[in-house]
Amino acid sequence: MPRKESATKSAALHLTALLIGLFVAAPFVLMVLISLREPSTSLPQFSELIPEQAHWENYSQVLFMPEIPVLRFLFNSLLVTSVIVICQLFICSLAAYAFARMVFRGRNQLFLLVLMTMMFAGTVTQLPVFLMMRSVNWLDTYWALIIPGISSSFNIFLLRQFFLQIPKSMDEAARLDGASDWRICWSVVVPTSKAALATAGAFTFFAVWTDFFWPLLAVSSIRMRTLEVGLSIFKNSYGGTNWPLQMTAAVIVLLPLVIVFLAAQKFFVRGVTMGSVK
Amino acid sequence: MSIKRQNGLWFAAPAVLHMLVFAVIPIGYALYLSFFKWRPLVGEMEFVGLGAYAKILSDSSFWKSIWNSSVFTVASVPLGAAAALGAALLLTQRLKAAGFFRTLFYLPAICSQIAISMMWIYIYLPKTGLINMSLQMVGLSGETDFLNEPKLAMASLVFMSIWVGLGPKMILYMAGLMNIPQELNEASELDGAGPWYKFRKITLPLLGPTTLFVIVTSSIAAMQIFAPIYMMTKGGPDQATDMVGYHIYVEAWAKLNFGTAAAQSFILFAVVLVLSLVQLRMMKSQLEGWGAA
Repeated sequence: MPRKESATKSAALHLTALLIGLFVAAPFVLMVLISLREPSTSLPQFSELIPEQAHWENYSQVLFMPEIPVLRFLFNSLLVTSVIVICQLFICSLAAYAFARMVFRGRNQLFLLVLMTMMFAGTVTQLPVFLMMRSVNWLDTYWALIIPGISSSFNIFLLRQFFLQIPKSMDEAARLDGASDWRICWSVVVPTSKAALATAGAFTFFAVWTDFFWPLLAVSSIRMRTLEVGLSIFKNSYGGTNWPLQMTAAVIVLLPLVIVFLAAQKFFVRGVTMGSVK
Repeated sequence: MSIKRQNGLWFAAPAVLHMLVFAVIPIGYALYLSFFKWRPLVGEMEFVGLGAYAKILSDSSFWKSIWNSSVFTVASVPLGAAAALGAALLLTQRLKAAGFFRTLFYLPAICSQIAISMMWIYIYLPKTGLINMSLQMVGLSGETDFLNEPKLAMASLVFMSIWVGLGPKMILYMAGLMNIPQELNEASELDGAGPWYKFRKITLPLLGPTTLFVIVTSSIAAMQIFAPIYMMTKGGPDQATDMVGYHIYVEAWAKLNFGTAAAQSFILFAVVLVLSLVQLRMMKSQLEGWGAA
């Protein structure tokens, strides 16, 4: 029996949503407002939060800064992130197809291993991987930034769960036409999983773009830095003195993330719940 | 069927090889390293067996960092879960622009941790920071240095973590709420149950698996928090926010004690492993439900 909700209850709900929304949005709004202030001015009081004049030139100033190669950071981030996303979608789709559709010896044990590495990567592997990179002389190169990231247990798991939900009758039909597993994987299963690939691709983009610890260790020369590490350098060299330029740099780092997020977010609800209990 | 099938191991091989090289072998290598006193830049490498672990047992600053991580986890995980459940309950009501709010609430979770840390340093600044300005508006002092007061620094990080982690947990709870059969709610309403009673006796118990999942995954993340501490407090003031992930970083990369750092990371690994096994158990029952584990 659907009851008619009273107007007061509805108003209270909307007000609560607005208040939480304000709480979530406020830091972002402030960040943009401060980024538009005149550089090296002191921080504003409440009444002066909206700058009298918007200094959009802060953005070009940060991008073309002579002492910190921000454009180079941007290039490094774009290169590393896009190569990793493409490699992961390829390698993880293949593995996910194998775990979802094919029978082979050791499959269950290997999949258990995938699940375990998915959950406890992190702090413990960083030092050994650093030493491995050093012994093959890859430190301070794109190899060190890219190769450790080209596959991910999380994406194997995520894609496998989607692949399992595709009706088997689809590949049986292709199989009767003589298609190999390779063909079925790339022309039946993967094309029907566009939402899954978009989710996996977007999550990978966020994770790699915002990764901080690994690029901090893996490369040392300034021209090899990614944007995320570059931003921390920026903060250190301006150490709390030039807030407008710091915030401008932060907005530049966040903007690509927000764009990808808005483009891919309709797939997310499924993606996030996929890895959880039913 | 007589159709020739390819061996699946070839399909999985690149991923499996990568996993061996970048996850399995490094874990073994870290264990090996933890048996040495090793300072590579000083050129010193000496087998000490369990010596590093024995030293850690009596290293009060390491245990202080474990304690800090535990406090952070125990405070931020339940508060974060409660906030997410609240937001999910709100957004599953009849609400205009629910999609807009969902997107907005999710936004912090995808953002750069460094950018977010810079933002929150500003929010917590004395005098000109957002919170202190607001306090001044209502006539309070506005001089509180949130990140430099031992008691407040930890609370400030917890508060920020709730803001950051709201979205993904909220989505999980929304999915959980949508799985609750509508008949249950209607039946209890016919029995005259109030909203609070319904929440306690129907919603909360049926969300049990979701809550467990949220708690375990966010505990694993909370135990390993690094970037905000690196940016905002550097473990201070007076070790008040020195959490284990950051402590290990300093041991390895500032003090260059690789052996000790490896042993410390193994202790953290053991803690995370226990949490992971709980998570794995939960996921296994779900995988079996899908008939393919």
